[in-house]
Amino acid sequence: VTGDGEVVVDARGLRCPAPIIALARVARAEPPGTLVAVLATDPAAATDVPAWTRMRGHELLSSESDDDGALRLVVRLV
Amino acid sequence: MSARVVLDVGGGAPLLPRAREAFLAALDEGWADPRRLHAEGRRARALLDGAREAIAAAVGARTEEVDLAPSHVAALHSAVRTVTQGRRRIGADVVVGAVERAAVLRSADFVTARGGGTRVTVPVDRDGRVDVAAMADAVARPGVALAALQHANGEVGTLQPVDEVHAAARAAGVPLLVDAGSSLGHVPVGDDWDVLAANPADWGGPHGVGVLVTRASVRRSPDGPPDEERWFPGGVAVPAALAAAVSLQEAQSDAAAADTARRDLIGVVRRRVAAEVPDVEVVGNPLHALPHVLTFSCLYVDGEALTGALDEVGFAVGSGSACTSDTLVPSHVLVAMGVLTHGNVRLALPRGTAREDVERFCDVLPAIVTRVRAQLGAAGL
Repeated sequence: VTGDGEVVVDARGLRCPAPIIALARVARAEPPGTLVAVLATDPAAATDVPAWTRMRGHELLSSESDDDGALRLVVRLV
Repeated sequence: MSARVVLDVGGGAPLLPRAREAFLAALDEGWADPRRLHAEGRRARALLDGAREAIAAAVGARTEEVDLAPSHVAALHSAVRTVTQGRRRIGADVVVGAVERAAVLRSADFVTARGGGTRVTVPVDRDGRVDVAAMADAVARPGVALAALQHANGEVGTLQPVDEVHAAARAAGVPLLVDAGSSLGHVPVGDDWDVLAANPADWGGPHGVGVLVTRASVRRSPDGPPDEERWFPGGVAVPAALAAAVSLQEAQSDAAAADTARRDLIGVVRRRVAAEVPDVEVVGNPLHALPHVLTFSCLYVDGEALTGALDEVGFAVGSGSACTSDTLVPSHVLVAMGVLTHGNVRLALPRGTAREDVERFCDVLPAIVTRVRAQLGAAGL
């Protein structure tokens, strides 16, 4: 957990579906309201994190590319 | 081991029986160069002209509007290149739907980069259907050389609103290229097009030939060195052309029955997969769709492992997942739709698919998905 209350899932270097599985593990362990930041280099994560969020009823807050080209997506668990 | 069950024939279906006969007959009858003036050359020319005439009749066009290409990809490349070349004084922009075939998107990139234009990409909804208002707006802007919208998407089956988009394009004076590469031979393609491309290999014809139909009203210019065969230099193989025409007649003659039978089977897969596989997303429009195509994605599953496991037990299926592509990027169609790209299975049923084979596929799938999830440590997520 970082200082601003986000749980970080560092999935850089992993290929789908591994980033989504890592995200789902955290989602199972953390309480509703938790913010989860997913870091990923797999281009599929840009589509699959929002799709997982929708299928699981969570909320996607943001999706952006970091300076190093990695994706950073923030999800609020519901 | 039981017989193979092939559920992945998009762009490459088994050759229909009469197409095979026509191909073999044309090898004997049509071996000569159709450009020669002797009797043998004229015989080959007659077969080629007959093929074009039959294809023209099947799509509601005039024979001289039909050109035969060496492949479906070549037909699409040529359509984009020659129409934008012919209309270069009007503009350099190309408007495309986001889920067009890669050959359309890449040739649009190619001609716009060369001509100083822009590729305008119109988004699709969750079903893969293009945004009509956005496309109508895009074609109405000045400087558009060409618009392209597929008749139906070959990966997810969704039919596109070609009637509305064609009306908008016509009002703007912009020709519409309709890629019917997954539709012709399966469903009626109508006449909402100015340029039509189709793929014989998809409907049970041979590989090595593509169809491009261009209304006489569309201005186009050759984009390459001159040849007697103006649009596809060197022409096409006569046996492939004849077999393409015969197979189209054969496919259309029982299209209604094949439609009903396969639509029914796709309905079985759609219902059983949604009911029996946990955490699955069946995508595409269930009603306005091709009769034989279905795609679904399984959460926490590796598409390569899933298609590999199905192959091991006798089922050939496709996938749009990143891990199944050479470039390791997911299908641009699934991305544009915003649906899950991993764990993807893509089906395109051949004519004559047996119900028991489809039921057996549905029987084995849940346990295979469970096994792949367990291997990834994703059970119970």
